[in-house]
Amino acid sequence: MSHPVSQSADKVLDHFTLFRQPEYKEMFERKKAEFEYGHSDEEVARVSEWTKSEEYKEKNFAREAVVINPTKACQPIGAMFAAQGFEGTLPFVHGSQGCVAYYRTHLTRHFKEPNSAVSSSMTEDAAVFGGLNNMIDGLANAYELYKPKMIAVLTTCMAEVIGDDLQGFIQNAKNKDSVPQDFPVPFAHTPAFVGSHIVGYDNMIKGVLTHFWGTSENYDTPKNASINLIPGFDGYAVGNNRELKRIAGLFGIDMTILSDVSDNFDTPMDGEYRMYDGGTTLEATKEAVHAKATISMQEYCTPQSLQFIKEKGQDVAKFNYPMGVAATDELLLKLSELSGKPVPAELKLERGRLVDAIGDSHTHLHGKRFAVYGDPDFCLGMTKFLLELGAEPVHILSTSGSKKWEKQVQKALDASPFGKSGKAYGGKDLWHLRSLIFTDKVDYIIGNSYGKYLERDTKVPLIRLTYPIFDRHHHHRYPTWGYQGALNVLVRILDRIFEDIDANTNIVGQTDYSFDLIR
Amino acid sequence: MSLSVNEGVDVKGLVDKVLEAYPEKSRKRRAKHINVLEAEAKDCGVKSNIKSIPGVMTIRGCAYAGSKGVVWGPIKDMIHISHGPVGCGYYSWSGRRNYYVGDTGVDSWGTMHFTSDFQEKDIVFGGDKKLHKVIEEINELFPLVNGISIQSECPIGLIGDDIEAVARAKSAEIGKPIIPVRCEGFRGVSQSLGHHIANDTIRDWIFEKTEPKEGFVSTPYDVTIIGDYNIGGDAWASRILLEEIGLRVVAQWSGDGTLAELENTPKAKVNLIHCYRSMNYIARHMEEKFGIPWMEYNFFGPSQIAESLRKIAALFDDKIKENAEKVIAKYQPMVDAVIAKYKPRLEGKKVMIYVGGLRPRHVVDAYHDLGMEIVGTGYEFAHNDDYQRTPHYVKEGTLIYDDVTAFELEKFVEAIRPDLVASGIKEKYVFQKMGLPFRQMHSWDYSGPYHGYDGFAIFARDMDLAINNPVWGIMKAPF
Repeated sequence: MSHPVSQSADKVLDHFTLFRQPEYKEMFERKKAEFEYGHSDEEVARVSEWTKSEEYKEKNFAREAVVINPTKACQPIGAMFAAQGFEGTLPFVHGSQGCVAYYRTHLTRHFKEPNSAVSSSMTEDAAVFGGLNNMIDGLANAYELYKPKMIAVLTTCMAEVIGDDLQGFIQNAKNKDSVPQDFPVPFAHTPAFVGSHIVGYDNMIKGVLTHFWGTSENYDTPKNASINLIPGFDGYAVGNNRELKRIAGLFGIDMTILSDVSDNFDTPMDGEYRMYDGGTTLEATKEAVHAKATISMQEYCTPQSLQFIKEKGQDVAKFNYPMGVAATDELLLKLSELSGKPVPAELKLERGRLVDAIGDSHTHLHGKRFAVYGDPDFCLGMTKFLLELGAEPVHILSTSGSKKWEKQVQKALDASPFGKSGKAYGGKDLWHLRSLIFTDKVDYIIGNSYGKYLERDTKVPLIRLTYPIFDRHHHHRYPTWGYQGALNVLVRILDRIFEDIDANTNIVGQTDYSFDLIR
Repeated sequence: MSLSVNEGVDVKGLVDKVLEAYPEKSRKRRAKHINVLEAEAKDCGVKSNIKSIPGVMTIRGCAYAGSKGVVWGPIKDMIHISHGPVGCGYYSWSGRRNYYVGDTGVDSWGTMHFTSDFQEKDIVFGGDKKLHKVIEEINELFPLVNGISIQSECPIGLIGDDIEAVARAKSAEIGKPIIPVRCEGFRGVSQSLGHHIANDTIRDWIFEKTEPKEGFVSTPYDVTIIGDYNIGGDAWASRILLEEIGLRVVAQWSGDGTLAELENTPKAKVNLIHCYRSMNYIARHMEEKFGIPWMEYNFFGPSQIAESLRKIAALFDDKIKENAEKVIAKYQPMVDAVIAKYKPRLEGKKVMIYVGGLRPRHVVDAYHDLGMEIVGTGYEFAHNDDYQRTPHYVKEGTLIYDDVTAFELEKFVEAIRPDLVASGIKEKYVFQKMGLPFRQMHSWDYSGPYHGYDGFAIFARDMDLAINNPVWGIMKAPF
């Protein structure tokens, strides 16, 4: 089995090309033929075709138990994300320790940033006796080592199944001097077997507000002119929160973003590692009870929090990941209404520029068919924007989507002639979407990095516009909200369309008459 | 190169100073896990495989990660159910780069995420019924699946489900092996127990219940690769060398592996172990039960590769021994060219390592081959036997840290200022912010393979591109 050495110091071959060398290709063949005992190529090809069929789709949609490639994570990662948007806050995850390694890894792979959180590292003995001692020692260690201004406690499913009582445990730990009595330790129970990361986000926001604002209903809390805004779980939070602050600045609105991760998840490289950076100050969080109103950018990330805020006498308004012209109009009009200030002229100018850009490009968007998946609010926002562009959202899918959400999507589709072939699929996963795309083809998929497997299988180009994006860098630094954000989204979609057109017209002498210089 | 490292640095004083930050109880516990390697030491002198302290930001994972993520997950022709709530399988979905060749979704499922997605009612009433249904649906939608494993998440063991009964019943029904794995995340102190549990389930549910494939004909040259997860293609870059010296690799455990390869392993003549930590259990079992000897080898860097090839060949006849010498000689010019190109750029550079498995010692000589020095190393989930094997590789004065906390590692690195930190994704950006070149040594930072002669060239290139990138020079603003 002697072969020449393909590897060389001059031109180092790594996995991209090394395994395409003849010696490796032959090795793969030998392994397969002699040792794998797999199925025949014909059988694999037959089944492969079958998975693309209408018959398969029916079987696939008849599934009741197994979930395959879902578009949801579990509660704690959402709660952790929410906690990390507050000044100097260290999330403390009560339960098994492996979970925290997973959440930190997942967020780090998306934001390309450090992510700090600790675990109470419960093991078998804690499963039997409860995790009180882990809480007592854990809070003391976390407080001494990492000098946080606040520790936000959340739970893994282990602690939830054995029924650990966070409020009691935290008080117990304070009584044992793990942290000072007046040190803020808000908490949220975040069982992984209820809802998903967006529910965990809601639970933690409510937990933090409850800590600072008190538990009782008080509709008469005195009010000032400020406005709170809760962004929700958002992979584009770095760009988006900064854009929201810019917009508030133009209005002259005193706005408090409740959980602002934009600086914490985008620290500079200047030789100093900042474990905590930016975030909503604890003082501002406390004061936010006196705001006139609270706006939620993502309805499904905040139902309980908004209810709680309402009970403090604030007006509340909710959006569904507003993207595009009309959605941004609505947001700005709401800000104007709540603040009593007119929409700034500069924003009106930005609106005009966005519409101008859409006008310039509409020919490439009109009638293009899209599949959209992700969190419920993202799907709603994206669907509305696509309709506005004259594109046709066809399959809209969210594993976290409810019946109510399906109706909301349907309503948006019904309001436009471009929505007539669209349908919402709540509670379904990306294996369902694979069947949908094979049986009812679309031109583009909008989703996250996990969608690259759909792109590979169906050959439908993927546009990455929602969390998590692991295999492209830095998109989270650019906003998707506001008119500027909509422009970014528009350009991302257009770039992919143009790349696709070029890739389909580049065969010399065969298709390249359409390989136009000007498009 | 000198015989010791960290000369002129008060490493012991540094350790004491760092430990001062802990509350007393935790300080005493952590002190046992950190040491400075002494001359002629037989052991690193640290405690290991002990529970992590709460609240300190351990870098460790859990038993589920060790079983589903490491041992079972790479077996490509089986479907591995993340049994319980949705998260564990979601976070570990495609996260590990254990490469395989196959038609994903049709005859292989390595980059997919299957979960029973537990809801509250499953916790209250138990999930066994749902598991029945999950298995039926998988078998119907994926008819070419050769077997199924049930990877337990935390709630399974807490609510008293009987996944073994489900596995037995459904296996009889569908006529395929179904392996129940009790790898709940709260078991043990790290991913290490998950490896052990997963090894034991291969023993009990594959070796005890299935037979080697009919028609499988043994040869005197049959070996296996045990404990290579094919990260970025590592097992392939190793297999090619073993084949070239005339051996027949009948199974890969578990990178790019199949159920049949597991089943046929008891027919091998020798089990070759790369990751001792995660798979020594099954090798020891096969030695006892089937009389198959096992041998550890190391395919990181040319010095270790040559030594390992000779050690492996020594177990066989003269033809294999001659072949080994031929293969070593054949790759030598490429290796020489790699070292000639990169050593001048890397010589004397100091490295601090913190990873899992076997790498905190196994990669050391690959760095030495490039003239680099290891000034600190530690394991996420090692046992005593790992720390006994470590002094063979590292020098006097090396800082050793077991289950290091984020706080300690940050302080150690800050004080020692190595030229490169080699650790994981959670650590990467911390040290890059500090202006330190970094390579992920779990995922090979999306590069690889690093095993074998072909891998060494990539390893050398990658260390160079990390250390000698101009970005480290533009970090400070001129104003």
